[in-house]
Amino acid sequence: MPVITGIGVVAPTGVGVAEHWRNSLAGTARIAPISAPEPPAPTDGSASSADRDLPISVAGEVAGFTHTEFVANRLAVQTDRWTWMALAATEMALTDADLDPRREVPMDLSVVTASGSGGNAFGQREIQALWRDGPRTVSAYQSIGWFYAASSGQISIRHQLKGACGVLVADGAGGIDAVAQARRLIRRGSSAVVAGGTEAPLSPYALACQSSVATLHRGADPALAYRPFAAGASGYVPGEGGAMLVLEAAHRARGRTARVYAEIAGTASTHDAHHPSEPAADHRQLARAMRTALDRAGVSPDEIGVVFADGAGDPLGDRREAAAISEVFGGRRVPVTVPKTMTGRLCSGAAALDLAWAALALRHDVVPPTVNVDPADAAAAGLDLVTEAREGAGLRAALVVARGVGGFNAAAVLTAPAV
Amino acid sequence: MTRRSVVTGIGVVVPGGANREEFWSRIVAGKPAIRRISRFDPGAYRSQIAAECDFDPAEYGLAPQVIRRTDRFVQMALASADEAVRDAGLDLAATDADRIGVSLGSAVGATIRLEDEYVVASDHGRAWTVDENHLMPFMYQQLVPSSAATELAVRYGAHGPAAVISTGCTSGIDSIGHAHGLIQDGEADVVIAGASDAPISPITVACFDAIRATTPRNDEPELASRPFDAGRQGFVLGEGSAVLIVEELEHARARGARIYCEVSGYAARANGFHMTGLRPDGFELGEAISETVAQSGITAEDIGYISAHGSGTKQNDRHETAAYKRALGDTVRKIPISSIKSVVGHSLGAIGSIEMAACALVIERGIIPPTANLTDPDPECDLDYTPLVSREARVDHALSAGSGFGGFQSAMVFSRIEP
Repeated sequence: MPVITGIGVVAPTGVGVAEHWRNSLAGTARIAPISAPEPPAPTDGSASSADRDLPISVAGEVAGFTHTEFVANRLAVQTDRWTWMALAATEMALTDADLDPRREVPMDLSVVTASGSGGNAFGQREIQALWRDGPRTVSAYQSIGWFYAASSGQISIRHQLKGACGVLVADGAGGIDAVAQARRLIRRGSSAVVAGGTEAPLSPYALACQSSVATLHRGADPALAYRPFAAGASGYVPGEGGAMLVLEAAHRARGRTARVYAEIAGTASTHDAHHPSEPAADHRQLARAMRTALDRAGVSPDEIGVVFADGAGDPLGDRREAAAISEVFGGRRVPVTVPKTMTGRLCSGAAALDLAWAALALRHDVVPPTVNVDPADAAAAGLDLVTEAREGAGLRAALVVARGVGGFNAAAVLTAPAV
Repeated sequence: MTRRSVVTGIGVVVPGGANREEFWSRIVAGKPAIRRISRFDPGAYRSQIAAECDFDPAEYGLAPQVIRRTDRFVQMALASADEAVRDAGLDLAATDADRIGVSLGSAVGATIRLEDEYVVASDHGRAWTVDENHLMPFMYQQLVPSSAATELAVRYGAHGPAAVISTGCTSGIDSIGHAHGLIQDGEADVVIAGASDAPISPITVACFDAIRATTPRNDEPELASRPFDAGRQGFVLGEGSAVLIVEELEHARARGARIYCEVSGYAARANGFHMTGLRPDGFELGEAISETVAQSGITAEDIGYISAHGSGTKQNDRHETAAYKRALGDTVRKIPISSIKSVVGHSLGAIGSIEMAACALVIERGIIPPTANLTDPDPECDLDYTPLVSREARVDHALSAGSGFGGFQSAMVFSRIEP
């Protein structure tokens, strides 16, 4: 069974696992008014006007991220913000795991990322150059900066991870699929896999594309913008960032006396197969993903101390998830939390960040809170929603639930390392 | 006992081939389907030719609403998947939908829609911010290519694990490899697996122009794709899709399905060297091939055909030749090798699945398709690259290799299976 030995976070809650965890426990809401779009420096020196409002007013931005701390200029011009975040999170995760790839066999190491919308700002800048100034102004790096495999490729090159590398795209559920793929690789003999995902979806064209999602929240008050399971839930807020995790076979981690956050005990993915944009008619496939992950983990619902819910933030999606939780856990009111209420929904970074939260919760025996939701609202929905950090509950296992637009469902069971 | 996966259905849409049988005739004839780009005026570009499909989604029975909400790459995937499902004789109503997965490769997703819509919403790139009101609906489904996996899942009611695999130009091998893994590990019994790309758009043509990866031989399109030939000047961009039904062996036998071949080996490696550059020694691709052959339980002597990556860049062709020699020794000199990219161009992520479809048909039909235009072999590419004319040969094991941006290298073996 693979275990998590390193965590790297670049998220609205913080850069680096320590800052992220401190802010998470404090319930620091980081959804805030979105910055005015800054056009990148135009290649031809001309001004690029920014004359329209963005479709949304608030978002989860990573305010404290200075990419030059992690990415050399030469590489920064070849890559998008989403890859900068993935490179930074990977470097921090490897350091956190005390794993130096230079001392390992390169082909026994891999990277698997979840990818969502690729290098948005990079791609927009180059398409703009093409259509405004002509084909010869397109950067030589467009072919490697925008496409969905850019982060996995750059991470592989930077750290000499030369085993099977992967890129999974399953919208918000992809982070769990990436970890599931990492488990398959470890089962087949890889010694360590860096897995996770990041997203940088807040550039103008990417936001304009997201405006087709009916549940995108357009209001201006950050405290009212993303409130899953609340009576007045009114959609979701996009955010940027994500997390990368270092996974290793348990025996190998023990052998090198690595600090273990948690074990990835089981994962499962299903699809609603209903409609590309409309929610499914029921919660059957969501509940099945949760049940299957538990079965594969050999963990009973009674052993789960907390559920990191997907928390769609729209009444229908929330109702379906509450129904699935109640079906899987029977009459038991299992503690539920949605810490992404602090960050917004990060598309392919979302599930990776939730896995990081779950691993930290198990390691420290504290459940990070859900913010901006009145627990009485959630109680009315039949949920024991954790709205203040909850310590010392004797957490032994956590269930992480993730969904993606179109009907992707995924679940992962994490367990505390054997003492 | 290890679960084995087999191919029971094949559907293909390629340039010069609207379905599986036309594809087969085309590659056996070695007649390149390459012409001056017709989708837009390519006059301003260095490379003005491509392998284009004459593809009308309505002719394949796609409903108007499906056509409206999907990019061309999704439409091609649906068309080839329909053919594959029919070919497999798969009775969806009689198959456990929870056990049907989707694994679709794509390197660049909905590039055409994203660019076309951007041009309108930004008025030819006038401003950095764009007007969402001038976008078509379903733009989120263009932004995040996982929607392609959703469309397949919805069409066939597949509730198993679904994802898009986006490892650049190895996507089409890796997506079948992913399906193979899902079946081996018991996560699905049937996987709709393949790859699709429709990258012939101004931005893609411009980005390959910028790195001089595509050929400028515009005056003789049919002679322009020349893998392993001394006169080659780069690859020819293509488009297309292939979908295979990958099925657990006993599941296929129980329903009396015709079995093309077994997926007997799959491995991937990364060169950790450069996003686009390849070291001439072919070390990592050689490692992927060696591992794949070992998984298949065969030796070099057993390989009857190699479907080469053969993109027609000097760098690739020499790298690949070195990899074959490294992995297969002198025996490789006796194995017929060919690159069907000489006929159908290089459709980025899609081509890997198209080449696996070719391998399955080679095993079934005993004909080796040739490398077109190979009239003056590069002396450094001194293997049997099957110039110009097809050959009859019994093939029990076919190997395919793929190499792509990010430094990813993948290999797969299909093997004849006794009924």
